Amino acid sequence: MAGTSAAAEIERLRERMQRMTDGVPRRPLPTHPALGGVVQLRTGGSYEVDSTSLALALMAGPSQAGEWCAVVGVPDFGAEAAAAAGVDLTRTVLVPDPGEQWLEVTAALVDVTPLVVLRPPPRVGEHVAEKLGARLRKRGGVLVALGAWPRCEVRLTTAEPRWTGVGLGHGHLRSRQVVVEARRGSAPPRRATLWFPGAPAEADRHEVPLAVPAQLPAHLPAVVAAS
Amino acid sequence: MRALVVWCPDWPVVAALAEETLPPKQPAAVFSANVVQAVNGPARDFGVRRGMRRRDAQARCPEIAVLAANPDRDARAFEDVLAVLEQLRPGIAPLRPGLVALRSPGRFYGGEAEAAAVVAERLVQHGVWDCRVGIADELFTAEQAARRAQPQDSVVVPAGGSVPFLRDLPVEVLEDPETVGLLKRLGLRSLGQLGDLRAGDVLARFGRQVAWVHRVVSGQGERLLAERTPPPDLEVHVDFEPPLDSAETICFSARRTADAFVERLARQGLVCTELLVQAEADGVVASSRRWLHPRWFAAADVVDRLHWQLQGSLRAGEVRAPVERVRFVPETVVPDSVHADGLWGGTDERVQRGIARVQGMLGHEAVLVPVLQGGRAPADRQAMVPWGERPTGLRPTGLPRPGSIPPPAPARVLADPWPAALVEPGGRPVVVDERGAVRGEPARFRPSADEPWQPVAAWTGPWPVEELWWEGTPRRVARFQVVGVDGRAWLMTYDQAAAESVWWTEAGYD
Repeated sequence: MAGTSAAAEIERLRERMQRMTDGVPRRPLPTHPALGGVVQLRTGGSYEVDSTSLALALMAGPSQAGEWCAVVGVPDFGAEAAAAAGVDLTRTVLVPDPGEQWLEVTAALVDVTPLVVLRPPPRVGEHVAEKLGARLRKRGGVLVALGAWPRCEVRLTTAEPRWTGVGLGHGHLRSRQVVVEARRGSAPPRRATLWFPGAPAEADRHEVPLAVPAQLPAHLPAVVAAS
Repeated sequence: MRALVVWCPDWPVVAALAEETLPPKQPAAVFSANVVQAVNGPARDFGVRRGMRRRDAQARCPEIAVLAANPDRDARAFEDVLAVLEQLRPGIAPLRPGLVALRSPGRFYGGEAEAAAVVAERLVQHGVWDCRVGIADELFTAEQAARRAQPQDSVVVPAGGSVPFLRDLPVEVLEDPETVGLLKRLGLRSLGQLGDLRAGDVLARFGRQVAWVHRVVSGQGERLLAERTPPPDLEVHVDFEPPLDSAETICFSARRTADAFVERLARQGLVCTELLVQAEADGVVASSRRWLHPRWFAAADVVDRLHWQLQGSLRAGEVRAPVERVRFVPETVVPDSVHADGLWGGTDERVQRGIARVQGMLGHEAVLVPVLQGGRAPADRQAMVPWGERPTGLRPTGLPRPGSIPPPAPARVLADPWPAALVEPGGRPVVVDERGAVRGEPARFRPSADEPWQPVAAWTGPWPVEELWWEGTPRRVARFQVVGVDGRAWLMTYDQAAAESVWWTEAGYD
């Protein structure tokens, strides 16, 4: 109990420091309830993820709250998976191939949409990331980078993916259990086991002796255990 | 007031042939649900009739052109005919595609037969070869007269001559098979015999429609034409003197015209949702493109579309000479109340502006909006529509599609599949035989040439799909879900006919 209140205190102090340095208060953006235990999106932050499904889950929160989202540099965007994750496609714009001008395009979209998903080119310089970071803080945007991003606030990685429903030549892919780990600076990482997409159906549940929160909508990934 | 009726027989076929740019004498029929809806003369000579099934029609006339029914196309094509007639005489009343009535011009062209000749001449000039004209005291008689005329000719029923003309007609002209059958079974073979009955009896036994015909046959018929008012001329254009050759200058100069265009529509209480932008150079239309707007065109949108179009045309070399005229033609207008903004909300102006900036940087096709549609392959199940355009031609979702992969949908759908490999323990590629059975146990795979080989942890399939054999380019593929030992899953496709590789990666469950 003492551990959680200390963590909350640290969070509060960190926020105050941030406010003093930038002058713009950082407001929390609606985040997917399943990811709530791991990461909370805040305006002005940049987040690095290594999985498209995770990026879609991060998009889902603001998108369902009626915000616009932009996806830059992702030519292989799975619209159906995005819709299933809870992303509102009518308020989503894609720039699949920005080419050399990816930074200008991202900056222009940060001006108008609160959340931008970007697949950055390999080797992004620190100064470039800092420039975009300043823009994000000024405009109150969030950047979700699908790939290495220097100076990101939180680095989300997936590990130990386990698919259910598929065998050797029978069944079909149903759901995937992954361990999502959030690293924030030098703080100890937070871990949670999530299901993508959603919890497995009744028929499979006996394979997984973990409790699934019942109040979550079925189309959202569900937290089954947080450690 | 005498009525003149113009009848273009088999209009759905004529319109469809014109749209498909097939010769007008080609035997053709329009089908709906595999049943003939309309058939043209050459096909009728082979014995093809309305209501016939498609295979019967094709058996009688193997070279028949099979055309899909599309009432919108019929109406759209007929709009040109209406425009030609409106030039001759205002106040026309379209009855349905293929049939239009106007007030007879009387002696203006020197007589009614001469007027009919003028109408036919104009229509033939316009490319409508088969048009027939009937002139009579009222509409029903005029329509029947037109149906009895020869191609490009007319039948004039003199004033007061309707009753004798109609009395000789068989009851089949009523066109309602049930009523015609009933009348014939009762021994009434001509309209004259029907007209001899008492009005009250006809109404009680046959209903309103026949009672109305009865009244016409008895000489009491009169039907006023519901005339359409000619649509206001909303097209605007701007001339450049001297001609301009840069897209930026043209757009700047056309800005006021765009304002005037939108304002002129607004004065009529209209907004434009489909716009035709044309640029003329050297006296010819050098660039012409139709634009759809998801909502409606404001003046800035009009200028944007002009800019995109000119940039594209200049780059493609369509516009070689400096542009001397730009024309904005509203193709579809709707009352502005349909698209009025709500008191709160509406599309975010700020977002629109930001996206327009990105389009300015990369070109207008660079910003896309994802839309879902029906299909089997993951790539077929989504469509990308350029921002600012309306999606068209989407396949409906929700239909059963055998061979499609059950959910969850893959998060990565590759725009261009990667050549992949899936081999059995011995190293030979796994194959799917003619009957759809898998030969060989998948042991190792590689989703693309850049990824390392890895053992298969789990796999499932095949989902065989045979498609497009009806279009002459058959495609026979089988889809598999493959999970590697690293826990990543891929959607892989076996395509026997592909040149580079038989295994392809279509999507990733990332």
